Amino acid sequence: MSFEMMVSLILKSLGQTGQMVAISGLLGSLIGLPIGIFLATSGKGELFPAPMTNRIIGLIVNATRSTPFIIMVVAIIPFTRFVTGTSIGTNAAIVPLTIATIPFFARLVEAAIREIDKGLIEAARAMGATPMQIVFKVLLAEARPALMAALTMTMVSLIGYSAMVGAVGGGGLGDLGIRYGYQRFMPEMMLAVVVVLIVLVQLVQSAGDALARSFDRRNRKG
Amino acid sequence: MTIQQAATRTAPGADHSASTHTVPMVAFEGVGKRFGPAGEGGFTALADIDFTVARGSIAGIIGRSGAGKSTLIRLVNGLEKATTGKVAVDGVEVGALGEDGLRGLRRQIGMIFQHFNLLSSRTAFDNVALPLEIAGVDKAAIKAKVGPLLDLVGLGDKANRYPSELSGGQKQRVGIARALATDPKLLLSDEATSALDPETTQSILELLKRINAELGLTVLLITHEMEVVKTIASHVAVIDAGRIVESGRTFDVYANPSHETTRTLLASALNLPQWLRDSIKQVPSAGDRVLVRLVFFGDTAFKPLTGRLVAELGSDVNILAGGIEEIGGQPFGSLVVSYSADPEVVARANQFYAETGLTTEVLGYVV
Repeated sequence: MSFEMMVSLILKSLGQTGQMVAISGLLGSLIGLPIGIFLATSGKGELFPAPMTNRIIGLIVNATRSTPFIIMVVAIIPFTRFVTGTSIGTNAAIVPLTIATIPFFARLVEAAIREIDKGLIEAARAMGATPMQIVFKVLLAEARPALMAALTMTMVSLIGYSAMVGAVGGGGLGDLGIRYGYQRFMPEMMLAVVVVLIVLVQLVQSAGDALARSFDRRNRKG
Repeated sequence: MTIQQAATRTAPGADHSASTHTVPMVAFEGVGKRFGPAGEGGFTALADIDFTVARGSIAGIIGRSGAGKSTLIRLVNGLEKATTGKVAVDGVEVGALGEDGLRGLRRQIGMIFQHFNLLSSRTAFDNVALPLEIAGVDKAAIKAKVGPLLDLVGLGDKANRYPSELSGGQKQRVGIARALATDPKLLLSDEATSALDPETTQSILELLKRINAELGLTVLLITHEMEVVKTIASHVAVIDAGRIVESGRTFDVYANPSHETTRTLLASALNLPQWLRDSIKQVPSAGDRVLVRLVFFGDTAFKPLTGRLVAELGSDVNILAGGIEEIGGQPFGSLVVSYSADPEVVARANQFYAETGLTTEVLGYVV
């Protein structure tokens, strides 16, 4: 295989990985965020007390997280087909990726919000804030650096997960590595894929860290 | 009685408000608070609390940690609900308010905290703006309001600093400015100086005093430090194990503590050397010396009583600590002396106290 062919294959796969990670990361986070907020604020005596609902959602989240991703990909094929009209290809792969992202991100959001000093919630209540105002003006504002870190961690995990959706023809870098590097005995392709993935993860991580730092006022020095 | 007279004569802000307004700013009537299940397993945090805070005054509630003072102050703005009795703020019963009413009330009550509770993601300016944003005040009005508030607390030049860039005292000043943002009529202070060093504590207390005087704001504070109460509170209630064991004008309570808890709290404010405080026993053994606090105020402050005491008891009197301070705006001297615990000496001393009207308190016995 020529070098040009290799590069063009890698670029195509990189595009597929980027598409899957970006869309499922965005959708999954958007849905996971409110779920995470709810999990962090609906315990007994908290802002939106609903301990029963909290436990049920917690159970569903745990169940989703404990299902091995590759099994979930296969198990939800009917749902995937219902949403995208097909069960194979990059678009179809976005469905299980999104569904895996939601509980993952939700738990990270929950942890980020629980980290916030309860004194701040009390202070806001003492000012006459509504629970919604507390969520938006206090919790989300204060958790911003931690939420940014959670988003970064989610994106990095998604890059890993996206390697598995080759099983349903999702394409992407992981799929390229398996099909060419492993099945066609092209160690140079495997190496190239691994290097590209390392660089990609590194870039995502650095960008996320930089954003998290820019939001963080806790250790700012004048 | 001398104490009463002295207090009535000069105690600042005493009861002048009661004559113009019959409704106290805060009133506790038979208030109790239980946590957890009724009966076994529950915990009684507060019981039989009767207490009022006069309009325009600074009232202190002092107690050791776990005495229930945090719960008590949270009943005032409804952060906790009383299980029995009623709490009223400016005549409005807090327990009868719904969520909306409670939020309205809270906007009229400022609160400051031991750990400041400032948002780390907001500048000093934006922290002070927060209660205004919550109340739905528009941006222009917020801007007009926050600047002068920061000036008032002496942080006009720190508006754009984040809490992490401010010292503890400066953070508490931001906290105070924030608490004043909605023009409250009552300020609650929850151990506001406990995390600060003595010097900063004094400057924050001075600020609270000034705000009380200039804005006519009523202040209710809780603390475990006698120093705080002594410096700014005109009235004090001592709380122990969920009950108010003693209350009255700070000066009276300080001059004549009637409850054991009050005495303990006072003793820790006496500036006795640590080794001496550690060696105090409550029961004397043979050859011990009795440790006595002599209190000077009003008339007794100007009489040469110490000299006469020494003359009365011979050269046996040992002066261990002493000082003059201002409590509730009045000069107040105390002197810690020790002399032989021999019954005959003690009887002579007590005779002398009775004749001269000197207020005394036996702190204990030392070797």
